[in-house]
Parts: sequence; structure tokens; C-alpha cells
Amino acid sequence: MATSTSQPASTKRTPFLVELYRSALGKKYVMAITGIVGLGYVFAHMVGNLKLYQSPEDFNRYAEFLRELLYPIAPQSAVLNILRLVLILALVGHVVAAYQLTIMNRRARPESYRGKRDYVVADFAARTMRWTGVIVLLFLVYHLADLTWGWANPAAAGATPYEKVIASFSVPAVAAFYLVANLALGVHLYHGFWSLFQSMGWTNRRFNAWRRSLAIAFTVVVVGGNLSFPIAVQVGLIS
Amino acid sequence: MNLTLRVWRQAGPDAPGRFETYRATDVSPDSSFLEMLDAVNEELIGDNEEPIEFMHDCREGICGTCGMMINGQAHGPRAETATCQLHMRSFSDGDEIVLEPWRAAGFPIVKDLVVDRAAFDRIIEAGGYITVDTGSAPDANLIPIEKDAADLAMDAAACIGCGACVAACPNGAAQLFTSAKMQQLNLLPQGQPERYQRAESMVEVMEEHFGSCTNMGECEAACPKGISIDFIAMMNKDYRKAKFKNRRTA
Ligand code: HEM
Ligand code: FES
Repeated sequence: MATSTSQPASTKRTPFLVELYRSALGKKYVMAITGIVGLGYVFAHMVGNLKLYQSPEDFNRYAEFLRELLYPIAPQSAVLNILRLVLILALVGHVVAAYQLTIMNRRARPESYRGKRDYVVADFAARTMRWTGVIVLLFLVYHLADLTWGWANPAAAGATPYEKVIASFSVPAVAAFYLVANLALGVHLYHGFWSLFQSMGWTNRRFNAWRRSLAIAFTVVVVGGNLSFPIAVQVGLIS
Repeated sequence: MNLTLRVWRQAGPDAPGRFETYRATDVSPDSSFLEMLDAVNEELIGDNEEPIEFMHDCREGICGTCGMMINGQAHGPRAETATCQLHMRSFSDGDEIVLEPWRAAGFPIVKDLVVDRAAFDRIIEAGGYITVDTGSAPDANLIPIEKDAADLAMDAAACIGCGACVAACPNGAAQLFTSAKMQQLNLLPQGQPERYQRAESMVEVMEEHFGSCTNMGECEAACPKGISIDFIAMMNKDYRKAKFKNRRTA
């Protein structure tokens, strides 16, 4: 039987990345790849901040070092700014794709079930990705205003990075917000780290069972580290 | 057993729907779920009322025609069991059972518990076939196939196209169906010539009708044939490769 699918009229094709992104599967690749960039970032960020436990000098020197990456090969702060640009692009890509996919999914299920749904395996983390994502996004804005730009920070102008962290985390409400936001991040990573293997098409029957454990281990390490900082300040471990 | 049924009744595609309450009395625990509905319908017909419209054909779990949301789960509470294979012993005397049609934009409601699953046919038309010479039947086992690949393809081929994956998916996505119908061919030598064209076409037609996957796994849990979401990952990979190849001919 001769069966043929309809073919496009022209042989010219748009660049494959553009074409890939047009599909929902392509947008999931963007979610996953930008998510991986984010995972690398939150891990490095947490490890770097462990210097809070060494000494104020070590922490401040680390903050200075970030500005001097590859200096003097590259100008002062150049590498840091490139990293910032990559992170911003990744975040924008992640959020825009999440938004577009959410719209598509709403359209695909315009009417919800009238009876109560009884989910079998879809866990809390998987069903709240949008909301934990939004919490992380709001937190990010505040976090930058607090410690990067500094205008939301309680310390006086000209304070060192270490002093800014201590000043911020000494305020109970701020410490509480950091805890909540990092718990949201943890829930996001618990599903996200697992989910990205599917989206990337990385399946191997011998290793698939490890995904969940890897996701849990990664989440516990990153979020555990992050949670420890405001707690340490609040209980007076570092000051 | 005596049961209370709350059944979605909807006269037609655009008619407003609502739940109606019915009683099923003296139900044998050994009867099947559909037999229980048959008995309720007999009574409705006896009372000169419209019977509850539901879909069924083989009643042995192989055709994929039956399917409804039973107490918030596609095909009801038993794992790897189609509605027609569900028995009343899975319920208890006095239970209330809520019945709803599959709900998804890709599956418009026809009447009561019946939906139109033609969108699945559109996906199959887009690439769920292979091209072969017709004529005399080829010898069996002419093409050697690795055992693992054959087993995996058989697992994918167990899909009966019932639509439970879409119904269970919070996003109304058809990834599990599409990936099973794609990988049962892509995993085999016979599926290779059209492999990447198939991956592109089936995914793109799927996306015209259904939502996008967020890897929640409800589809796998609802599937009466226990089809694995591993096939979804394989489909994602084939789709990416197809785009890289970028060589669909005009
Ligand atoms: C540090 C920040 C973040 C990290 C490390 C991160 C990481 C991830 C990862 C790894 C995934 C899995 C991707 C996949 O399923 O392939 C994911 C999914 C998701 N993220 Fe994020 N994310 C972050 C921030 C955000 C923000 C700010 C938002 C939204 C406002 C967001 C919304 C989502 C949504 C909705 C999904 C699910 C997408 C889907 O499954 O279709 N994320 N994230
Ligand atoms: S009626 Fe055929 S699978 Fe249920």
C-alpha cells in the first residue's frame, strides 16, 4: 500500500535549532539543558559559600576571586560577567519554555475531572514544579537585591560580602524566607534532576534505577548546605 | 453487593453534562465491571430511560476500546487492568463509584462515557507503519533481530491504544501512546528506513492534539499493559536526532 504523509512545499528548512524549539519536545530540551546549567550553578554556589565556615577573610577573598577569574588573561570581572550572562540566558530560556509549555498543557486539558482525581505516582514535587519554580524566581530577585546589588541589604554601604551575609541572615524574617525558598528549590530539584534524564532521552535500563537516588543525593547536599547558612547565623555559630 | 454509581451523563458533544446517581443492586463480586454496567442499563431500559453509553468490544483486554475514569483513576483501581478486565471483587459492598469519561482536548466527548479517540489514528497515519513489499509472504525469521531489541519492541507493541495514558496525564499528553507506537518499529530492523521521518511526523501530529510531558509517570501507572516511560525517553532521543539530520525531503 502506498502511504505518504503530507510533505512541506519547499525543500528549504529553517535552522534545526529553531525547528526543534518550535516543538514541545524541543522546549523540553531547553528546560532540561538550562536546568542542568542551573544545577551546576546551585552546586558551585553552595560549595563556594561553605567558606563562610572557614573565616570572614576566606569568604571575602573567594568573592574577590570570582571577579578575578582568569585575570590578567581576561579583564577584571570579564569571566564573571560571561558566567552571569550564561546564567541569565539559561534562566530566561527555562522560564519562557516553562510558560509556553504550561499554556500548551492547559489547552490540552481544558476541562478538569469533576470527580476527585486519585494520583498513583505523580508526587507533590512533580505536580508543583510551576509553583516551586515561581517561588525560586521571586527569591532570586530578592537574593540579588540583597547580596549582589545590595540595596535590600541591612548592612551599611561599603560592607564586605561577609558582613552583608551576616547582617541579612541575622534578621529572622529574612532567614525564614531563605529557608522557605530553599525548601522550594529542594522540591524543584527532587523532580527536576530525575526528570531531565527523560527529557534528554538518556535512558539506559541498567542505570535508570539510579536516577531517583542521584536526585535525592544532589538535592540533600545542595539544599542541606544552603539551609545551614541562615541557621548557623541565627544560632550564633557564625557572626 | 450493593453499590451507588455516580455517572457522568452528557447527551452530546456540546450538551452540558452532569453526574447522575444510580443504584446497582445484588452485584456478584465475580461479575466484571462492564457486566455490572450492563445490568444497570437493563434496568434503565426497563424503566424507559436512556441507558448509560460506554465503549467496549473484546472484553478481554486486547482491543483498547473500553476505558473510563473509575474513582479518579483511568481503568479503575487495579494496576495493569483494563476496565473490561476489572472485577467487582475489587470493590466493597456499599461503595460509591464515580464514573467519568476521559477528559482531554484531543478526546472530545461523544456521549456519556464515550469519547472520540480519532486523534490517535492521526498519529498512526503520520508514521506508525513500515513500508514493505506486498506479494507472497516473506519467510519467517529472514531478518535476524537481537533478542533484547525484539523483547523491547514486543513490550512497546503491547499498547492497545485505549487512551488511558492521556486520560491519566495531568497535561493531557499522549507521549506514552505515541512513543510505544513509534518504538515498536524504531527498535526493529524493519523500522529503520523511515525511523527519523517517523519520529518527526508522529511527534508533530501528536503535539497538534495533545499536551506536553512533564515526566510525572501517571501514564505508566495507568497503562493496562504496563508500558514503560522508557519509551518516551527513546522517542525524545529519536526526535532530537531526526532534527539534527534535518533532511526531510520535499
Ligand atoms: C536555580 C534555579 C532552577 C533550577 C536549578 C531548575 C532546574 C530544573 C530542572 C533540572 C528541571 C527538569 C527539566 C526537565 O524536566 O527536563 C526543571 C523543570 C522545571 N522548572 Fe526549573 N529550575 C530552576 C528555576 C526555575 C524557575 C525560576 C522556574 C519558573 C518560574 C522553573 C520552572 C520549571 C518548570 C515549570 C519545570 C517543569 C517543566 C516540565 O517538566 O515541563 N524553574 N527545573
Ligand atoms: S473491551 Fe477490549 S480492551 Fe476492554
